[in-house]
Amino acid sequence: MTEEEVRQLACELLSDIAPDTDPSALSGKEDIREALDIDSMDFLNFVIALNKRTGVAIPEEDYPELFTMDDIVAYVQR
Amino acid sequence: MRAAEQLAQGLRMTYREACRQAIREALNDDPRAFLMGEDVGLYGGCYAVTKGLLEEFGPERIRDTPLAESAFVGAGIGAALAGMRPIVEIMTCNFSLLALDQIMNNAATIPHMSGGQFAVPLVIRMATGAGRQLAAQHSHSLEGWYAHIPGLKVLAPGTVEDARYMLKPALADPNPVLIFEHIVLYNAEDELDPAVTSVDISSAKVRREGRDVTILTYGNSLPKSLEAAETLAGEGIEAEVVDLRVLRPLDDATIFDSVTRTRRCVIVDEGWKSGSISAEIGARLVEERFFELDAPLRRVCSREVPIPYAGHLEEAALPQLPQIVEAARSLMGRK
Amino acid sequence: MPALGADMESGTVTEWLVEPGGEVRKGDVVAVVETHKGAIEVEIFEEGVIAELVAKEGDEVPVGGVLARLAKPGEELEMREEPEAAEEQGATTKPGPAEKAPAVEEPPKIAPPSRPKAEPPRPEVPAAAARPAAETRAKVSPAARRRAAEIGIDPETLEGTGIDGSVTLADIEAAGHRAPAARPKTAKGKPDKARGSFDPIEMRQAIAAAMSRSKREIPHYYLTIIIDMGRAQGWLEDYNRERPPEERLLPAVLPLKATALALKQVPQLNGFWEDGQVARADRVNIGWAIALRGGGLIAPAIRDVDTLSPSDLMAALRDVVARARSGGLRSSELTDPTFTITSLGERGADSVIGVIYPPQVAILGLGRVSERPWVANGRVVARPLMVASLSGDHRASDGHTGGLFLSALDRLLQEPDAL
Repeated sequence: MTEEEVRQLACELLSDIAPDTDPSALSGKEDIREALDIDSMDFLNFVIALNKRTGVAIPEEDYPELFTMDDIVAYVQR
Repeated sequence: MRAAEQLAQGLRMTYREACRQAIREALNDDPRAFLMGEDVGLYGGCYAVTKGLLEEFGPERIRDTPLAESAFVGAGIGAALAGMRPIVEIMTCNFSLLALDQIMNNAATIPHMSGGQFAVPLVIRMATGAGRQLAAQHSHSLEGWYAHIPGLKVLAPGTVEDARYMLKPALADPNPVLIFEHIVLYNAEDELDPAVTSVDISSAKVRREGRDVTILTYGNSLPKSLEAAETLAGEGIEAEVVDLRVLRPLDDATIFDSVTRTRRCVIVDEGWKSGSISAEIGARLVEERFFELDAPLRRVCSREVPIPYAGHLEEAALPQLPQIVEAARSLMGRK
Repeated sequence: MPALGADMESGTVTEWLVEPGGEVRKGDVVAVVETHKGAIEVEIFEEGVIAELVAKEGDEVPVGGVLARLAKPGEELEMREEPEAAEEQGATTKPGPAEKAPAVEEPPKIAPPSRPKAEPPRPEVPAAAARPAAETRAKVSPAARRRAAEIGIDPETLEGTGIDGSVTLADIEAAGHRAPAARPKTAKGKPDKARGSFDPIEMRQAIAAAMSRSKREIPHYYLTIIIDMGRAQGWLEDYNRERPPEERLLPAVLPLKATALALKQVPQLNGFWEDGQVARADRVNIGWAIALRGGGLIAPAIRDVDTLSPSDLMAALRDVVARARSGGLRSSELTDPTFTITSLGERGADSVIGVIYPPQVAILGLGRVSERPWVANGRVVARPLMVASLSGDHRASDGHTGGLFLSALDRLLQEPDAL
């Protein structure tokens, strides 16, 4: 996946979880949990969806590597 | 010695005796005062109130009249206009209707019609009420009627003390004053408080304090209401008993104050309900203190029938203890 | 119209899910009702056939009002004309008196349905809320009505103790202590909101009402304990490591389960304060406080938490959170909680000291888990610690009881295998 594709997918998934927000407006370095007011259940749902859509295994200890848009892109592309 | 003297002077007396003492005092205090009425002299009064007064004061001041209420009430009005202080006894209020024109059209209006030039310092005493098996024509309670009339003051002593001391301020009042003495109360007996030597004729009086419900009453319904309050106290309901005493002008302040505190009110009136003094009080409460009420008003009045002669029927027609208790109790809801 | 919480006054029928003639069974969802808590699915608690839908879609119905008539199995479907009901109806359909009520603002009410009454489908709501439909103007004494207006209570929602069941001043004062100011009227409330949305202003008012009532009425006591979450976290990491994301557990599951088991050991904290005494609950239905996007809060029940395995509990938690946020909660889920947990999550505060949701008698506040110095075996070590705070209703229990609960909670979290 290209960087743009990953970013678009992440935005789509986050929009489903936080429909009242605009994830595409986030900067690459913002903590999505803070910026979108996402709690642990939301985050878990995001991980589940990301795993399903990308096939990337995401062990729990890697969660901290998915807190910003830049990190998400890097993680999926790894 | 002193206590024995007081006893001899009669601090303990009947309502009847209190009425007599009041007249004696008035006649002794003011040479302008005199008493007239049917059978007040030689016979000593239909209810024996004036017994012995003829001997004491003579026929000039204790005058027997013909059986002509309109005439002698009219004469009393004339005497008052002329500066005397007449005490007119109408045997019972039932017969006062014959003098209604004098009372209503003359006594009550002359001070007004004369632009205040003439006062009518007349006192009319009359017996009122039922309870002695005198049947329909002799058992009326008309004080509520008279309380309808501007220009009159209407008193209803319910205690020996009021019977003893109300006459003096009534005579001193420049307006015609009607005093309704309840026939059942004449035999009531009580100890006078030596510290009390006068009462006013402008205020109602709280006879028993209580926080839960106000019982407004007067006359012979007062002792019944006090007894009811005692019964209610046994059930944990603290009833306040207000003796209206003055039916015109009504002491709104005392009435409103009490009901504002208790927020519930039972009016006990031996008159009939329709168009009665109880109806008037109820209307004033709703007009002036609607938002203080926490329950509907209740009235315990005489049944709307001519008062029966038969003892048990008469008893059933008049306000009685159980109805007063039940009326007050019902206002408390479920506690 | 069931009372979906102590603070609900009315609800708007947004959708009927049954039709006249349709058979229903206990637990069926029959309607969707819009409340300040969002769209709630109303369940029926009786079996039978829907005889009539009394409230129409779009109708606002006061709590206790009739939504529909239900015919029992075997009962004739025909409407029975009950003379009393008809008479009463005749006397009350005139709009006059209510509109000319003296000096007291009343919440706008939908006119009562002009049809014969029947038994409502008796929702399992608290007795006080189950007043018969507001088809006659409630008897409220003048003094009570004035006082109610002063302190912002709707007197017609109260059960009167006065003459003829009238609401008296004393009832208002008592309610004033129980429930705080009713919500101020807001100039909206059309039932055209998307299902799942909630009105943030109304919900704010509802929270304000419940919390004010709690703080005014409930003498809270507070206890805290610091719990070493090392073992629980270790167990959770092991559990999640082997599993795909959708099968993983959230950290909340273990304290949730441990709380339920601790409540089984200390049942004094599991139940309600009703009529001046504690009513212990048989089941452990834990209200899980869920923050809603846009600023709301709702604490629906996760039922029988003590009997659920961690994975079942995770499924239940996921389900209830999802439905809380999409507006699919069922009526019973709002009234069932016997105890509440509030947790501000991993990004929240170190500790949270909760306000009890009446009529419950306790609430547990869970702070975030963070690494801190901890003394173990005489040595200072870094451990993941969590502050657990219990707020208890001192009328219902004492600090000693609360302490037993917290220590049980601690003990249970040290043996995650047993959860």
